[in-house]
Amino acid sequence: MATFPEYIAQNEERDGVRFSWNVWPSSRLEATRMVVPVAALFTPLKERPDLPPIQYEPVLCSRATCRAVLNPLCQVDYRAKLWACNFCYQRNQFPPTYAGISEVNQPAELLPQFSTIEYVVQRGPQMPLMPLVFLYVVDTCMEDEDLQALKESLQMSLSLLPPTALVGLITFGRMVQVHELGCEGISKSYVFRGTKDLSAKQLQEMLGLTKPSASQGRGPQAAQPPLSNRFLQPVQKIDMNLTDLLGELQRDPWPVTQGKRPLRSLGVAMSIAVGLLECTFPNTGARIMTFVGGPATQGPGMVVGDELKTPIRSWHDIEKDNAKFMKKATKHYEALAGRASSNGHIIDIYACALDQTGLLEMKCCANHTGGYMVMADSFNTSLFKQTFQRVFTKDVQGSFKMAFAATLEIKTSREIKVSGAIGPCVSLNAKGPCVSENEIGTGGTCQWKVCGLDPSTTLALYFEVVNQHNAPIPQGGRGAVQFVTQYQHASGQRRIRVTTTARNWADAQTQIQSIAASFDQEAAAILMARLAVYRAETEEGPDVLRWLDRQLIRLFMFHLRRSPFLQVFNNSPDESSYYRHQFNRQDLTQALIMIQPVLYAYSFNGPPEPVLLDSSSILPDRILLMDTFFQILIYHGETVSQWRKAGYQEMPEYENFRHLLQAPVDDAQELLHTRFPMPRYIDTEHGGSQARFLLSKVNPSQTHNNMYAWGQESGAPILTDDVSLQVFMDHLKKLAVSSAA
Amino acid sequence: KSDSPTLAEFSLLTVCTLFIFHSLYVFIFYLILFYFAHFAGQTLLNVKQASDLPAVQKSRHRIDPDAIPSPIQVIEDDKAKSTEPFTTGVRGQAPPLVTTNFQVKDQGNASPRFIRCTAYNMPCTSDMAKQSQVPLAAVIKPLATLPPDETPPYLVDHGEGGPIRCNRCKAYMCPYMQFIEGGRRFQCGFCSCVTEVPPHYFQHLDHTGKRVDCYDRPELSLGSYEFLATVDYCKNNKLPQPPAFIFLIDVSYNAVKSGMVSIVCQELKTLLDYLPRENPDVDSVVRVGFVTYNKVLHFYNVKSSLAQPQMLVVSDVSDMFVPLLDGFLVNVNESRMVIESLLDQIPEMFADTRETETVFGPVIQAGLEALKAADCAGKLFIFHTSLPIAEAPGKLKNREDKKLIGTDKEKSLFQPQVGFYGSLAKECVAQGCCVDLFLFPNQYVDVATLGVVPVSTGGSIYKYTYFQAQTDRERFLNDLRRNVQKKVGFDAVMRVRTSTGIRATDFFGSFYMSNTTDVELAGLDCDKTITVEFRHDDKLSEETGALMQCAVLYTSCSGQRRLRIHNMAVNCCSQLADLYRNCETDTIINFFSKYAFRSVLTSPTKTVRDSLVNQCAQILACYRKNCASPSSAGQLILPECMKLLPVYLNCVLKSDVLLPGADVSLDDRAYLRQLISCMDVTESHVFFYPRLLPLMKLEGDALPVAVRDSEERLSKGGVYLLETGLHLFLWVGANAQQELLINVFGTPSFSQIDPNMTSLPVLDNPFSQRLREIIDSFRAQRSRYMKLMVVKQEDKAELIFRHFLVEDKSASGGASYVDFLCHMHKEIRQLLS
Repeated sequence: MATFPEYIAQNEERDGVRFSWNVWPSSRLEATRMVVPVAALFTPLKERPDLPPIQYEPVLCSRATCRAVLNPLCQVDYRAKLWACNFCYQRNQFPPTYAGISEVNQPAELLPQFSTIEYVVQRGPQMPLMPLVFLYVVDTCMEDEDLQALKESLQMSLSLLPPTALVGLITFGRMVQVHELGCEGISKSYVFRGTKDLSAKQLQEMLGLTKPSASQGRGPQAAQPPLSNRFLQPVQKIDMNLTDLLGELQRDPWPVTQGKRPLRSLGVAMSIAVGLLECTFPNTGARIMTFVGGPATQGPGMVVGDELKTPIRSWHDIEKDNAKFMKKATKHYEALAGRASSNGHIIDIYACALDQTGLLEMKCCANHTGGYMVMADSFNTSLFKQTFQRVFTKDVQGSFKMAFAATLEIKTSREIKVSGAIGPCVSLNAKGPCVSENEIGTGGTCQWKVCGLDPSTTLALYFEVVNQHNAPIPQGGRGAVQFVTQYQHASGQRRIRVTTTARNWADAQTQIQSIAASFDQEAAAILMARLAVYRAETEEGPDVLRWLDRQLIRLFMFHLRRSPFLQVFNNSPDESSYYRHQFNRQDLTQALIMIQPVLYAYSFNGPPEPVLLDSSSILPDRILLMDTFFQILIYHGETVSQWRKAGYQEMPEYENFRHLLQAPVDDAQELLHTRFPMPRYIDTEHGGSQARFLLSKVNPSQTHNNMYAWGQESGAPILTDDVSLQVFMDHLKKLAVSSAA
Repeated sequence: KSDSPTLAEFSLLTVCTLFIFHSLYVFIFYLILFYFAHFAGQTLLNVKQASDLPAVQKSRHRIDPDAIPSPIQVIEDDKAKSTEPFTTGVRGQAPPLVTTNFQVKDQGNASPRFIRCTAYNMPCTSDMAKQSQVPLAAVIKPLATLPPDETPPYLVDHGEGGPIRCNRCKAYMCPYMQFIEGGRRFQCGFCSCVTEVPPHYFQHLDHTGKRVDCYDRPELSLGSYEFLATVDYCKNNKLPQPPAFIFLIDVSYNAVKSGMVSIVCQELKTLLDYLPRENPDVDSVVRVGFVTYNKVLHFYNVKSSLAQPQMLVVSDVSDMFVPLLDGFLVNVNESRMVIESLLDQIPEMFADTRETETVFGPVIQAGLEALKAADCAGKLFIFHTSLPIAEAPGKLKNREDKKLIGTDKEKSLFQPQVGFYGSLAKECVAQGCCVDLFLFPNQYVDVATLGVVPVSTGGSIYKYTYFQAQTDRERFLNDLRRNVQKKVGFDAVMRVRTSTGIRATDFFGSFYMSNTTDVELAGLDCDKTITVEFRHDDKLSEETGALMQCAVLYTSCSGQRRLRIHNMAVNCCSQLADLYRNCETDTIINFFSKYAFRSVLTSPTKTVRDSLVNQCAQILACYRKNCASPSSAGQLILPECMKLLPVYLNCVLKSDVLLPGADVSLDDRAYLRQLISCMDVTESHVFFYPRLLPLMKLEGDALPVAVRDSEERLSKGGVYLLETGLHLFLWVGANAQQELLINVFGTPSFSQIDPNMTSLPVLDNPFSQRLREIIDSFRAQRSRYMKLMVVKQEDKAELIFRHFLVEDKSASGGASYVDFLCHMHKEIRQLLS
């Protein structure tokens, strides 16, 4: 048997699953004592280019409460053409098409290497492939320069869309305009007040989208939903028209008086976008891409008044219960997120402004629908432009790396139940035998809706061992979990990906060693961190820290405690929401970087090497490259920066210095090119103002309090009152000993 | 001799005869003949034997129509009398009749073109006024257009301090202000308060006590003039923006199908060059905007920088707003290309529309909001076709119910069915948003309700029932052209001040009043008339007479804030005879009709008719009792100035509003009712007593003498032109001479005349030419274009024509002139006995 690290890596590679424990304690009591619950990080669309698409429907268990998919763990009676469900033990007849089944002629889903398998659901000839729908919701209250950059990005995006994709355009400022596309001559748009919310039905009537009732009795042809309408049209038909329309977009013409913010009807614009898709393409994959240049200042969903003298809420205001629009706005956006997610629609938010835009209130829109949240200073930055372009990245088959309107269903063995999920999903409220009564995250269900998925989207799933202590599981028993993800592929196909995985049970009293050995520290850290962040979102800050301290304290937790995911100090509410959003959807590797940034050192002493995230790593003759996921920072040590200023790199005899300078830049570029969203790129040096990003991350082993004790040549002191890891660990050790008593 | 015939007896009577001596009328019943004259205070009495008049006796049961007062005779007499220009300097002098052409010289009182009074000698006391029952009213047309040979009111600028006014009653400087103390102060003619003359306005007095500069200053020597208003007279103390015109076009199925949409769009392309302006050499500063609608509204961005207009659809009609600011109201010259492109495209865009439902309330709201957003006053031109049944504020239901006619509930049909438009009108007035409504209905549209806003904002309603592009195009386009081009003021407030003793108590017309004195008009054009009724609140003196000053503060079409002042002084009398000698029947009828047409909102029409008859009977009875010499009760004696009162009153009583025929729709009645409310005397005269011209001989420049509106007057062999101000008929007798037919129609055969023609063929003969000239001149005189209808004798259409022969019995049961006169006489006798 391979070592656990190998086993974990292999599992992750094949199934996109990482469990906190890879051997499970066999009773509820023991599991509770383990502190870290049995939980998994699951990446439903883990890239598997090697996976052959299966062109038939999955075979389901016939028990109505089970409906598990036939998988390699099932026992098969080839002679009787029967299979036993490994979840409910129901014996099922194979369907007639499996008549030729035998030990040597097995369908793919029974082969062990296909523990993850993808079915392509065939549709009838009259059911055409679902088109992808992209609805742009564009703010026009911004500086001309920004608007121009945004317009260009949008025009560019049209060329990246497949020709059959449907696009729509909604612009907003003081009013909300829904543009009719493909008009000859006069361009038409429907205008709505920015202060009044409309239900989908009202909107449908007002946009004239009600189907004429006369066509009801005309048979199957009439029943077919329209594949486009005046507001959402295929790119191939209207790209010229839309390009012109975008080109003609003007800044919101309503005057803004001195000392006021422009009136921005973001809340209503999003509501109309949601409503438009709700009444035209329910249960079809669609993206609402919202481009926001500032906070909503009027109507439902407003987050700040239009008086410039009253600033947008800060954490301080929120703690003092002084953010008067927050609750109402959050409620508005939550309702929108609910409507969008129940129809399988994604809401993306691209917020580009120097000040906050209300991401805190709007976060649920992206978080609940699997949409992207991107935060930048301006639309005229490469951060936005590159990130936006990367949304349309395609895989080798030329399909977008995005999936729509997915549902994730979990089946478990009897001894284990699912408590909940944390990630960009909403509950579908599907009760079943495998649903635990104890909720963690979004619980009480075994099905979740994930409207938007990409290959890195990762959900944290928490389980509960329910087996009673006095009903031991036979030796060698295995607990199984099946993940069934149904989704709309970017090509329009409906696909079902099934991952079935199993772990051994072990009696904690006798086999504690093997359980401990199976612990996946990284996965556990992220799973606990997600839980902590989830709690931080829903509960008061310090309590979460205390809870975290009580639960488990390790290296990661030191950084997690200091990370923006839990600390709001120095971060605006929007930034916190943004960081947490990314943390909740990224896969394990990325999440690790977010918690504990990676630090590389470049020097003449040898090849680049990873160094400790510690102030002691900051040396004058080093260049440091720090990757915090959100930022890529290159820090030139004091000496290096002096050399650079002196211009040595220009001189032929110091070519090696030029190479040294170039090396981290090249590495940074590589990171910049692959990451989504594109990180902020910072090039700074010793004493530079931007160096604060680095200094705030490293372990403050030297501070102004103790710097002389450590000697002056080893690193840079950090001016902070935060405890260092050393102090933290000392304290922890003390605590661990005393608390054991 | 026996008197007091009862009504029952009346029809059995053999009416003997009736004598006329110049101006005096005596009816004699029961074979007893009197001859009675009353002229210039002199009374003559002659008695003749019945046997002297055998010819008349033969026509049993009839009074000879020639023997009763003839409107034509009165009109012709007045024309013959008025050869000199009418000078307004003499107080208490009644001007010539409205049917007479005359020139006016302003010598200190307003021209009768601006103000006409019912009485130019007011009774000194309220008791006298009550006794006589003669209404004391002035019909004021503040922005009336003057003929080219009369000077329009001068514009006076009193500088930064604004117009000089009396300190107490705030009357404006006028010829009635008496300068005292060497010109340092002036005493107000209205309230007698003494006010200091500001230094910059000081001038010495001459030996008669007049200012030396009296004749250099219009406000000291003329009856009508204008002041330039200062910023104090402006809304929010801010000089006004130039006004805007917004065209709101119904593009529902009916509107498109009838051709209205394409006609409007086509016409606007040229019409926009003729927006009102003060100086014909400069471009108009009026900005324009465009909206189309069915059950949603489409606004258009026609900003000059755009290559193509943009359409912005607002479908949330429940809470109307303007979706754009920049580019909605534009200067015509700057945005000409975009506007033309838009007007070309509108008919195409909606050519295939299937939408039949419309909204109306939100349409007005849209225009109002646009003006609010642009912070200016202006006018909405709404082209509308149908009852607004789409779900929106101001939604209406069909409530036309002919069963209610004649019942106590009839009045509800004239009242708006929802209160929404009333409050909307109030908002419009506050913004200076005048609404003109062009209706193209194919069925009931509830004019009574749709008209609320136009009527309250000084707007006009035009109605083209069963509009067809072919036949109604000319009429509609002429109305539209005139309406767009005519002189108009915005955001106006009118105040009538009077000298002590009388007070303006009641107002009639298209306006809104939020208090009891200020008449607020969102728009005021040159055709709109406001009628003001006065009542005594004290004694008047014969020396000073009664003064009134009508001041209208308005924004001109160039955006200038101005005050137009009309002054009027009338005499006061302590003798009733003086009152009756200086009355104007046409003006009294104008007042009565407005009064009655407003009363139908609150009282059953029968009550309204009865009270009108009763008031007239009282007027005449009072005259008979107090001014005429004693004579037999069987005599009907009418004052010279009021001898047409019965015939005209009968016309009012028979009008479609008060006594509708079976074919008159509720909409027509509401439309007429609202139309009359702002008519001037000239128009109301011809409306109630149409002009009927015989066309057998057309010689020279003079018009042929009109004949009375009775079938008896029509000759089978003739052709007649009848004009009401709204309708124009050419009646062709069945035996009309061939030559005449050839001259007019180009065909000798009566049967070949096409009754559907709306204009006469252009024929190269003097007769045809002259006839067409006459028709054109008639049309030019009226504020609305009259469509020509050719009526052939004994054709079906003759029924409509006969309706206008007002001296005859009407199909709806209205009395003939003779019958009504007898009825009137009976009423008077009852009052006297």
